[in-house]
Amino acid sequence: MFKTLFLFAIAASVSPLYAQDSIPPIDRGVRIGITYRPGVRPGLLVLGGNRSTVLDSARAILTRDLDYSDEFEMITLPMGDSLSLGIGRGSDETASSASQEQFINYALFAVLGAEFAVNVHAEDDSSVVMTLLDVQGRRFQRQVRMRSVDPSDHDFRLEIHSAADEFVRATTGVPGVASTRILFINRGRIYRTDSDGADTRSISPPEVEAMSPAWAPDGREAAYMEFPGTLYRHDIRSGSRLTVSPTVEYQNFTPEYSPDGRILAFSRATSDGTHVYTYNLAADCCLQRLTVGRLYDNLSPTFSPDGRRIAFVSTRSGIAQIYVMDSDGTGQELFAPFDYGVTGASHAPQWSSDGLYVAFHRAIDRVPQIFVMEVATQTVRQLTSLSRNSDASWAPDSRHLSFVSNRTGSRQVWIIDIRTGRTRQLTRLGEARLPAWSPRIIEQVPNN
Amino acid sequence: MRLTVPLTAGVAVILVAYACGGGPPPPPPGPDLDSLNEAQRVRDSIEAARRAREDSLERVRRDRERLESTRSDSLDTMRRASERVRQQLEVMVHYEYNVARVRAEDARILDAKLAILQVNPGLRIQVSGHCDDRGSDEYNLALGNRRALAAKQYLVDRGIDESRISTESFGEERPLDTGMNESAWALNRRSEFSITAGGAQLREPGDR
Repeated sequence: MFKTLFLFAIAASVSPLYAQDSIPPIDRGVRIGITYRPGVRPGLLVLGGNRSTVLDSARAILTRDLDYSDEFEMITLPMGDSLSLGIGRGSDETASSASQEQFINYALFAVLGAEFAVNVHAEDDSSVVMTLLDVQGRRFQRQVRMRSVDPSDHDFRLEIHSAADEFVRATTGVPGVASTRILFINRGRIYRTDSDGADTRSISPPEVEAMSPAWAPDGREAAYMEFPGTLYRHDIRSGSRLTVSPTVEYQNFTPEYSPDGRILAFSRATSDGTHVYTYNLAADCCLQRLTVGRLYDNLSPTFSPDGRRIAFVSTRSGIAQIYVMDSDGTGQELFAPFDYGVTGASHAPQWSSDGLYVAFHRAIDRVPQIFVMEVATQTVRQLTSLSRNSDASWAPDSRHLSFVSNRTGSRQVWIIDIRTGRTRQLTRLGEARLPAWSPRIIEQVPNN
Repeated sequence: MRLTVPLTAGVAVILVAYACGGGPPPPPPGPDLDSLNEAQRVRDSIEAARRAREDSLERVRRDRERLESTRSDSLDTMRRASERVRQQLEVMVHYEYNVARVRAEDARILDAKLAILQVNPGLRIQVSGHCDDRGSDEYNLALGNRRALAAKQYLVDRGIDESRISTESFGEERPLDTGMNESAWALNRRSEFSITAGGAQLREPGDR
């Protein structure tokens, strides 16, 4: 009884500490704030157990992934895993040695506030098994056996990320986004990093000065602009690259793939100003200009997930704002509402993969902040307010956004959960900007 | 008379030997005033001819040096003039925040470039537009393009063939000052001008 009370007190004292932007009121007609209902997320406990380099690495990566999913209240104990909560190490001291092997103390996990528990253990000295337990249902929910047991193997991390995504799917119905990568620019070079900020490496040659990376929908290719303005398609696996043939002329930038990967939309700076074009990659033909006019610029296209519409930036009202058009260039109209003369310039729209939101950044007193517009209602809400925040890119769960912030003194990539407002720093290089979040990486990608 | 012939023959032998630069002359015959005077005159005339030739060569050398000096001065002058023109061409123009329009105070800078382009018909230039880092990274490429186009249009509107001026944008990627203050931002909002062809020898406006 005393033990139960003691553990209950521990569980009650455990509360996550989240960094959140405070949202001051701004802009008339704009709903401010984030929807956050604390306490409704299921508690999740990552169990301890036998220790080894492999098991410790797997537990650390898996715990971080599940935490970063923002789907769980992570239950942490004051002394970490020193309480040795694990399968076969419960509080039932009367159990026989044989039954301890099978014993799972669901009652204890429940008292700690866990609705789910995760166990990582070795089998046969050559295999690592990760298990998701449904505490309330007292049953195994999912089990993933790893193929790689070498932490230095480039597939090791990806396998754990994939397992974390599977556990999120098993508990919420929607897979997580741990098995994704984020491209960004650091001093002209393109880097990629895992969604937890680990395994950061350059993927572009040192002599290349690049901008505006964008993932192809299959996650195997990225497009980017190389100064002075040619677009390239970069094979992530091999590192080889192809020129997007019509872009050897003029300055072309902000490439963006259509959801089926067949069309590349981009901005082209010409003597008429900057305009949105499309090019059929699949047929290697058919350059098409979608916007016209000598007096204003149109740029930064982003496709709706059905590929039928393109949101973009236009200065046609005298200040950059977010517009939308059909993918053939017809039906151009204002997309994100603004008050003329009051609202600051809006840039870099990104349509979420579920089609429900468009993220962009908008200047507040000349300082950019991240906004999200709900497409159905065209209501806009502000997500950030600390320092400068810009260039948002959606995770495939349409819930997390990577963005650039200088809140630590230099421009770095951060991640925000739009439901809770929880933020975390992703990069810690000299400078990181223009992030692009990949689709889920299904196929294991070799070292490159 | 019988003596004269051998003497004349002796002088001739001496002269031939001297002129040919052969071995030492044979020992002179015995002292004879006339023959000595004649030999002296011959030597004097040879020396005079040598001096005249050296004087002539010296005059030619001095003339050549004078000509080269004049030509060098002229080339140096032209080089300096060309360098002045180049520097004039490279003077940047600057812009207000998020504006691509050429400022009134910068019009005279473009007027100077206009005059240079007019007197150097083979000259071609490139205008590159730049921005401060406060706007969107990608929008700044479009804004830099607008700034370069505005500077180009100013010159085209005043008669310069547009094919002589190309444009490019670097957005905020090439800051001159990485400071985070108004003076740094103002410096970075600019158009730069560079010569792409016909810049080997530039004439100054007003040259005839």
